[in-house]
Order: sequence, then C-alpha cells, then structure tokens
Amino acid sequence: MTQSNDPIIIIGTGLAGYNLAKELRKLDKETPITMITADDGRNYSKPMLSTGFGKNKTADELAMSSAADMAAQLNLTIRTHTHVTALRPDAHEIDLGPETLSYSKLVLAWGAEAIRVPVEGDAQDIVHSVNDLTDYGHFRIAAEGHKRALIMGAGLIGCEFANDMSNGGYDVTVVAPCERIFPTLLPPEAAAAVQVGLESLGVKFHLGPYVSKLERQGDSAVATLSDGTVVETDVVVSAIGLRPRVEMAAAAGLAVNRGIVTNRLLETSAADVYALGDCAEVEGHVLLYVLPLMASARALAKTLTGNPEMVSYGVMPVTVKTPVTPVVVAPPAVGAEGEWTVDGEGLDIQAEFRNKANELLGYALTGAKVVNKVALNKELPAILG
Amino acid sequence: MRKWQCVVCGWIYDEAEGAPEEGVAPGTAWDDVPEDFICPDCGVGKEDFEMVEI
Repeated sequence: MTQSNDPIIIIGTGLAGYNLAKELRKLDKETPITMITADDGRNYSKPMLSTGFGKNKTADELAMSSAADMAAQLNLTIRTHTHVTALRPDAHEIDLGPETLSYSKLVLAWGAEAIRVPVEGDAQDIVHSVNDLTDYGHFRIAAEGHKRALIMGAGLIGCEFANDMSNGGYDVTVVAPCERIFPTLLPPEAAAAVQVGLESLGVKFHLGPYVSKLERQGDSAVATLSDGTVVETDVVVSAIGLRPRVEMAAAAGLAVNRGIVTNRLLETSAADVYALGDCAEVEGHVLLYVLPLMASARALAKTLTGNPEMVSYGVMPVTVKTPVTPVVVAPPAVGAEGEWTVDGEGLDIQAEFRNKANELLGYALTGAKVVNKVALNKELPAILG
Repeated sequence: MRKWQCVVCGWIYDEAEGAPEEGVAPGTAWDDVPEDFICPDCGVGKEDFEMVEI
C-alpha cells in the first residue's frame, strides 16, 4: 500500500494503462487511482485495429466502453483530452499545463508513436498512421467510398493492413524500401510465403523504392516512387514503424535509451516512477507486443500494492494477423548466434533458428505449420526467466 | 456452439473447433474449458473473454 493519500497516477489509457488498472483493482479496491489520457479514453483492443476493414467495423463499433464506463467499473478517476506537460519526479508531481497533480506512484504507459517520414507534394492530407482508435476512426472516414490504398512499409503493421484492407475490398499496393517484406521479423522463406499469400489477394508490391512524391489528381492522388514508378491511389497508410515515446521522460532526467529504461520491477531511474508497455525498455528489451505488456501489467500491479514482483518474460511468440498466410514468430534475441534451417514449401514454412549445440533460439511458422508452435515453445528458452 | 473472443487481443475460441493446440478438444463448451486456460496470443485468463455470437 502507498504511504500517502496521493493517488497512483497512470498516464495513458491504452492496453497498458487499462490492463494495469484492472490488475490493480483485483488486488486493491480502495487506493485512489487517477488515469490521464490525451484522447477520449475509450477502451478498445488495439490488435483489432488490424482486422477492422475485413470485419467492416467503424471506430465506434471497435470501442468496447467509454472512459466514463471504465472509471465507474474500476472505481477510479479518468481525465480525458488532458495533456501532461512535464514530470517532476523529485517533487512527486506532474504538470498539466498550469495545473499540478501530486502522486504517490507514477506509471508511464503512454505507448509508442508512429514514425513518419516526410514526403514531397501537395497530398499530405491523405497520409494516415493508424496507431490508436482515434487514428483508426479518421482513417476509416477518409477511406470511405474509395477503392485504392497505398501502404508505406512492409513490416508487421503494413502487412496486416494489406491483408485487412484487401479483405475489405480495397485494391492495395505496398511500397517499402527493403528487399523483402518483414525485413527484420521473418527469415526470407517465411516472408516469401506471406508475400505469395498477399499477392493471391491481389496485393501489389513495390519493394526497393520509397514514395518520393505524393500529388493531388482530382479526387485522388498520384504517388511517384523513387524508381520512377507511378501509382494512383486514394488513401495512404504510413506503417513504417513505431518508436517508444521517451521525450518527456528524458526531459525530466529519467534514463532513456530506445525506450524508458527500467529494471525488472519496471522501476525507472526516478523513485516511484514506473514505465509499462510500448514506452518501456525492460532490462534492454523493447517488445511492442501484447503478451509482454500483459505479463508486465500483472507483475507491476503486485509491485504497486506492496508485493514487489519481477517481470518474467517466458516464451513470447508473436502472431501476425495476416489470415491469408497465418504467421507465428518467436524472433531470436538480437545478436543471438545461430543459423536458420527451413523446411516446408509454398505457404507452409517452418524455419528454426538453432545454435551450434542445436538448441532452439527462435522460430518462424507460416500457413499450416503454425500448429507446431506449441511443441517449439516448449523447447525455447525464456526471454527473461 | 458458441464463439468467445479475447477482449484484449481478439483471439477467438470457437467451441466447435476447440483449441487442440492448447489441449482443448473440439466441441468443448466454454464452461468446460479449464479455469486456468489462458489466451494463446496474449496470456489473459478466461475472465477476459466475451461471447461474440450464438
């Protein structure tokens, strides 16, 4: 239990913030909690943003509950459309513009932001990043009544959107300055299986060039690629990547690296300040996925209620929502030594990453091979045991 | 047969199909899925699933 009457303040009402609040309330019904969000605070499942077109769901339909409902259900205060302007960890205070709030414990759960690259031309307004429900709502409205979509980026979100927008009836073109899709997440054979699947839906790929110019042409737009190719489109999705939000933490003197640096108790370098989810770098691991986030939320709830618990990351396979070629991947740790061996053909690929002692350090499964994940998970070492 | 969806990540448990990979046989009603069942995609427990269609 906290020592003072000041609330636990959680900044962010995404999956990290709300799941922490839910876990906290399972353990402690009374300690005051205040949540702060820059948006409307609606509770939704972020992974479902990648299946919304195929299921024809509007943003309102994906929202599971309002901020007011969540506040009532969890017995806490939620401040919506509220921007935190500074952290002052020495004083145990945060600033909301001219207003100041005191906290007993502070949890930074404000996520990651979409990386944007500048593109020349007069059609910037048709470029969307879809990183939260509000973005999704704007993008749905912009795409309404149109048929063509250009996606910049061929990583996880780019490929999920390519599959989903195809399912939703769009003519999709993917442009990415890399030799193959999933350049970092999948070995080439597994990536090829997904590409073949997406192509069978009609998705077109321009791999190698980037979008250098985007210009209006009547109601639609023309994208000029760096290799001179011209692609007509109605909307553009920028899915280049995500970057943990660290700026405000750094400005307050907290240690940051790729993310906000924490130990396995999710403690930052400042006393009583914790970081959770996509903004956190937990003992060197920046994992922008749901499974590690949930494990962290459960551990942090215990820590914040007086029973410190170190975060354990077991085996953390990532499911990629490309239903045309299902994918499950457990990437080997950065810098792990070993080699990929690949089995299978067509859409069904099993790739295993093993070291010289033949120990499994990672895998990638596509198509029918995804059923083998359970057996492989048993062989894999924990990420943070 | 009903379907249940994980409210955190969207994974769907279809009673007709079960979850053989997780050791739950096809045709297993949600009520009969073990209480310690966790979502294979995100690790949440049974209480974080909602019925999505009948």
